[in-house]
Formats: sequence, C-alpha cells, structure tokens
Amino acid sequence: MPINSSTPGIAAGRLPVDQIAAGFSDLDPPLSDHEALVAADRCYFCYDAPCTTACPTSIDIPLFIRQIATGTPEAAARTIFAQNVLGGICARVCPTETLCEEACVRETAEGEPVQIGRLQRYATDKLIFGGVQPFARAAETGRKIAVVGAGPAGLACAHRLAMHGHSVTIYDARPKGGGLNEYGIAAYKATDDFAQAELDWLMKIGGITIEYGRRLGNDLTLAALQEAHDAVFLGMGLAGVNAVALEGEHDGIESAVDWIASMRQSADKTDVPVGRNVVVIGGGMTAVDAAVQSKLLGAETVTIAYRRDQAAMPASGYEQDLATSKGVRLLFNAAPKALGPGEITLARTATKGGKLAETGEDITLPADQVLLAIGQTLAGAPEVLALDGGKIAITGPGRSSVPGIWAGGDCAAGGEDLTVTAVAEGRDAAEDIHASLMGGA
Amino acid sequence: MADLRSNFLGIKSPNPFWLASAPPTDKEYNVRRAFEAGWGGVVWKTLGEEGPPVVNVSGPRYGAIHGADRRLLGLNNIELITDRPLEVNLREIKAVKRDWPDRALVVSLMVPCEQEPWEKILKAVEETGADGVELNFGCPHGMAERGMGSAVGQVPEYIEMVTRWVRNATRMPVIVKLTPNITNILYPAEAAMRGGADAVSLINTINSITSVDIDSFCPEPSIDGKGAHGGYCGPAVKPIALNMVAEIARNAETANLPISGIGGVTTWRDAVEFMTLGAGNVQVCTAAMTYGFKIVQEMISGLSQYMDEKGFTSIDEIVGRAVPNVKDWNELNLNFVTKAVIDQDTCIQCGRCYAACEDTSHQAIAMSEDRIFTVKDEECVACNLCVNVCPVEDCITMKELPLGALDERTGRKVEPYLNWPNHPNNTPANCGWDPEPAE
Repeated sequence: MPINSSTPGIAAGRLPVDQIAAGFSDLDPPLSDHEALVAADRCYFCYDAPCTTACPTSIDIPLFIRQIATGTPEAAARTIFAQNVLGGICARVCPTETLCEEACVRETAEGEPVQIGRLQRYATDKLIFGGVQPFARAAETGRKIAVVGAGPAGLACAHRLAMHGHSVTIYDARPKGGGLNEYGIAAYKATDDFAQAELDWLMKIGGITIEYGRRLGNDLTLAALQEAHDAVFLGMGLAGVNAVALEGEHDGIESAVDWIASMRQSADKTDVPVGRNVVVIGGGMTAVDAAVQSKLLGAETVTIAYRRDQAAMPASGYEQDLATSKGVRLLFNAAPKALGPGEITLARTATKGGKLAETGEDITLPADQVLLAIGQTLAGAPEVLALDGGKIAITGPGRSSVPGIWAGGDCAAGGEDLTVTAVAEGRDAAEDIHASLMGGA
Repeated sequence: MADLRSNFLGIKSPNPFWLASAPPTDKEYNVRRAFEAGWGGVVWKTLGEEGPPVVNVSGPRYGAIHGADRRLLGLNNIELITDRPLEVNLREIKAVKRDWPDRALVVSLMVPCEQEPWEKILKAVEETGADGVELNFGCPHGMAERGMGSAVGQVPEYIEMVTRWVRNATRMPVIVKLTPNITNILYPAEAAMRGGADAVSLINTINSITSVDIDSFCPEPSIDGKGAHGGYCGPAVKPIALNMVAEIARNAETANLPISGIGGVTTWRDAVEFMTLGAGNVQVCTAAMTYGFKIVQEMISGLSQYMDEKGFTSIDEIVGRAVPNVKDWNELNLNFVTKAVIDQDTCIQCGRCYAACEDTSHQAIAMSEDRIFTVKDEECVACNLCVNVCPVEDCITMKELPLGALDERTGRKVEPYLNWPNHPNNTPANCGWDPEPAE
C-alpha cells in the first residue's frame, strides 16, 4: 500500500513531492514592482515614526518606504542595512504584526498596516540577489576578534566589526552558517536557500572568515579564544532543549528544534519522517513552526497542546491563525502528563488565583509523534561567565562579567529571543567592542 | 431625482454635463457612445478649414502627472484640432444631431484670422443643425504658431474682431473659449463680450511641460528625442480654472456673461463648485479620458442627490451662489480668529501636523512623550496647514473664536469686522491702501 497521510506510525513521503513543494513555497511571495509602489504609497511618512520606534534595530522605515516609492529600492536597502544588516531575513521572519506593523498608524486608522515587512523584503532582495554589498571596510586596524556562532547575533556583530576594519573569525559548531536562519525557522519563511544566500552576500564585506564544526567547549576554549584575539563575542544561541519528565514510554518523542533542524536540511522533504498523528507540546513560534510543517509533510492530525490559555500563548495571533489555516488544531489549557504507545495524555488546566492548576480532568490524544517545543537552554556556557536566569549575564551593549568578552542574541540574558533582537545586540556589541579597542577614537 | 435640465444660451440639454472639445468628441462613434452613456451635450472637436487636414504627431500625444497609486492628476497634450476632413466631420455632426435632438451639440471652430474663412465655415456648420459654435481661441500648441488658437486668445483686440465677424455671420449662439495663458482673464472675457459673444467657456489648457526624462534629457511626451510644450488639464488645473471663472462672474462688466466652466471637472462636486462660481454648465474631458464615459452617471446621481438635499429645484439656483462671497483680500475680516483643534478620538498619531507646524510653520503643536498631539492656542495663527496635511478627514478642524473671546496668541479679545484698509497698521509706509468703510 502506498504511503499517505493515514499510514500508521511515523513515515516519510506521506504526500507527493509536488504537493510538499507547494506547501513549503514562499508563505508571502515577494512583491512585484507594481505591488511595491502601491504598498509604498500607503505610508504617511510619520514624524518620529512609531514603526521605527517599534523596530528593535530602529530601521528608518518611513525613509526606506519613501525611497521605494520614488523608484530607488537600492537606496531603501542601504537605509535598512545601515541599521540591520540581516534585514533580508528579518523581512521574512520578523513578527511584524507585533512590531512595526502593529505600531503603524494605518493599523490604528484602518486595521490595515502598511506592509512594512514585505516592502523591506522587496528592497533588501534587490541588493542581496543583485550581489551588491553596500558597505566598504574601513582601513585594516590589525585587531582580531573572535565571534562564536554564525547566527544572527554573530553575523551582525562580525559584519559591523569588519566594517570598522577589524579582522573577524567566526567559529560555528555546525557545518553551515546562519544559525537558526538555516536550522530553525520555518522553511516557508526563507525559501530558496535564503540563509546561505544572505550569508554569502554578507561576507562580501571582507575581513571575515568562518570556521565550521568548531563548538565552544570541545576543542575550542574561551581561554584560547581570548588568548588569540583582542576581543570575543559570544552569540552561540541556545543549544540545549528543555526536558519534561513524563510517565510512560514513547518511541516517537523528539525535540521540535532538532526535528526542524534536520527537516530544514532535507532538499525536497520527501525523506522527512512525520507521524500520522502529531502532538506538539508548547506555545511559542517553534511550536507553530513544527506543527505547520508537520501538517505540510502530510500528517493526518496535528495538535498544538499548550498548558495555558490562548491569551497567554507566546505565538502571535498571526502565527496562531497561520497554524489553524493549515489545519493545525490549537488545544489550550492542556499540559503533558503521561505517554503511552501511540498516545499522549494531557491534564486539563485552569488558572485560579493567578496560578495554573490541573482541573483533574485528563484527555488522551493519539500521538505517533510528540514534538517538544518547550523552550531552549544555554548548554555548556563557560564557567567563568556569570549567568542570569540561565543565560549569560550582560550589562549595557552586551558586556559579560569578564572584560574582553561580549555576548548577544539568544544566549544572552534579557531581550526577546527574536532574530531582529539578536541582530541589534550583535551590532551594538560590535560598536562597543570597536570603541573599547580603539580607545574611543 | 432632481430636475437637472439645463438651458445654456437657449441650448437645452437633459443635464449640465457636456463633453469638452477634445479627443473624446472627435468622431461620430465616440459622440454616440457619450450620448448613450448619458452626457447632456458635447462640443465637437475643433474643425478647421476645408482642404487637407492638419497632421498630428504619430508618437505620444500625452504626458501625465500621477498621484498616489498612479491616480492621474494632470494630463498634457500636444494634439491639434481634428485631423479628419471637414466634410466628414460635418456629415457626422448632422447625423448625430438628427438622432439625438434632445442633446446639446456645439461645434468648436478654428480657422485663420480672416473674415471669409469664418463666414464660410459658419454656413457649413449651420447646415448640420448644430446648436451653436464655440470659438477655439485657446489651443496653446501647434495652432498658435500658425496664428490661431491662443495666438488669437492672447490678444483681446483679435478676440473682439473675430467674435464680431462670427456674431454678424450666424444666428447660432456663440461661445468664446478662453485661454488661461494670459495675465488677466478679464481682458479676453471683456473683449469677447464686446464682440458680441453669447458666452465664454474656460479654461482651455495651460502651457506646460509635465516631466522630463532624466535619462534621455528630453521633455515628455518625447517625439523622436524632442519635446514641445503642451496643454495641461485635469484635476490639477481646477483651482486655476475656478479662480478665472469667479473673476469673470464677479466682474461688474462681465457679471451677466454666461460661462461654461471647464478645467479638471472630475466629479459632481467639482461641477457644483464651478456652477456656484457662476458657470451655467460644465465641460469635461480628462475625467472621461481617464475613466470612460460612464462617470457621467455618478455626476448625474451626485448632483441630483445634492440638489434634493439642498431643496434646489433647478440648477439655476446653484449658478453663481458663491459669487457674492468671492472678495479681494483686503475685504477679508482681519478680526476673524480660529484655532486648530485636534480630535484625539480620531487622531492616529502620525505626527504629520507636528512636523509641518514645527518645521515649517509656527511651532503651535505640542507632542507629548506618548505621542499625544495638541494645539498651543497661544502660538496657533490658524494657518490650516495641519488640517491640510492630516491624513484623517475631519480629525483637525478650525474652531472659530466668538466675539469677545480671548485670543491667547495676541492677548486681545475678538472684535468686530475689520479689514485691512481700515486697519491701524495700514499706513502709507507699508501699503498705502485708501481706507474704505467697514461693512
């Protein structure tokens, strides 16, 4: 019998290759020139614009949209990249509905914000796919900086340091760069190998080398990095995943992060195993990404089980709508309790007096595959560094407790764990490193 | 449904919406479509002398100015008068008028500045049964260089002379179409009146270069790498046209001269505005060229609804209604004080009013840390710029201070009417206007 959505257990190739390809195509296709002009025309060019204030990297949004409207998307891209060199991926993955577009005055006026994210993609694609790196390196300073992690924080930091004329070596544990852009985010948000295209484009600045397969802690020690470099920036993200202790046995339980990482590396996704009935535990973006992609691979039923109510769900309303539009069921007030062969039992919960408590009622769902998306942890942080809430403690622009070591992105304490936040932290740390190395000159 | 019937110089039409002499009225086919769509009348595209017709460029004839989303705001053309043989046009005019007796059909004319060609063509037009003629003294390109069109319209003596020839040669109503490419519209209007015109129509198009190709360095529309100025029309010229219509309507000598209003009429509302300033009817071109003939349906329904809401039973009740309120600046009340008021419930906090006022005006809008914008009455000169740049309709309004109220900007109480001639600052040193009695 051919494999399909109803095939029991966990199986790859539940859908024909073309159907999978269609499902994993661009979630928001690029704007055409005409669409971009129409969309740009809607911007009011606000004073001290709320969208810019809402952007963690403070992109001058009214200016770049006006540059698009006047026929110079290349200039628009420069405006974006000056604040956010990963403006290409951010245009694709930013939760704009809770950032710039939520703040847009046309959201206030009409419930329809200017399509800032898509306009940003329109502009940035011009330079990235045009192969134009708009920044030039300053004169070589002779300073060497180590960056750990080639994800958004590390790349933003490295690019800014290279611009200032420093020599940067990036060490990354994986065989490819890009971090979560390559291994984490949903495939339909960054199609056509975008993370690698963006990385290649970013590297055109010069002065940056990347060493792959170099994980901090193995052959690479913080002490050795400090010895060989004038400064160190840590942006290695969160390599560990939270665990949950559940009664019973289940042979299809896996970390959603790991499942997505291997799924992302599959060329046509027909070889990615997915359960007939999938239950994703969690309530954030990773949960939504895992659930939607399970469905796109042909799972018959996919349920996101979140222990709190809908109002508390970290995934935005937009992400929740995306999930339900793809056929994912959202189950709220359902905390994982026990596992059994092909099933999971969830305890129903309620918030009483501000505290989450089980109601005593259980629900058991068929579950060939259980994906855990209950958060990630900093694994193997160098002991010398002070931590804060399990992450590297920082003050100001990413200064760790050890002089000469900066940190940013998901591995650093504070801030939201968003790509755009990581970019801002990497960039700001780079400026601080530059100032400290050059004596404020 | 209000009674929209129009009687302009005795020319009757079911509504006051005519198509202006222009490409939409160049052929029987177009005019029949216009009448089927509901247009009250047309002014047939300008006829020239018998003989080989003029030749148009075979490259682009139009240039354009666009607003947001490519909304066409202004159109420029370098087309000439009809390039079809006179006898063909006359035959078609006769056929259309025969089939559409209830619609106005006026024929636009332009022949050399000699008496005989005018007399000859008028005779030919009379035989078609057309309702009247419009003398094209306005076309600013191509024909002007040949001593016709605006070359006549820019010399009041020529206008008077030709109009008199025409007046004496025909029983048909004579409308003189005026060019705006002059310093004072009253000179040509008065000349037309002296010559015996039954009415004037205005404005014709404005000399213009709409854009320049900044790669080829050629003005648009480009004809083989070269460009010539054209005639500008469309919504962008409406304010210029309204002013010229009003100037004629409020000028004592021409106050009773009927006016056919032309220039950027796009909606029923534009038509009403022209009529309140003295136009007996309106002529439309660019709006039809942009959207097709069907727009007349909106004009008809809009005018009808407006008249019903106002209780007007005839369009004559609209014509000229705003003319008494058009004044010279020195008749305005300098003691009239208003202040901008921002409605916080509808404000979307874009800050455009703040940028405009803070950067370019009087620093009269305050911005709080949480983006609440409020007017500083002690600074507000009531310039209205904030109202004009605000993207939300009616969010910012101008509130009138009643007599006796304190104007916080000047520290003085609002006093009764005072115009500049009677103002204490009106001294010979700074102006020299003679004081006039207050109203």
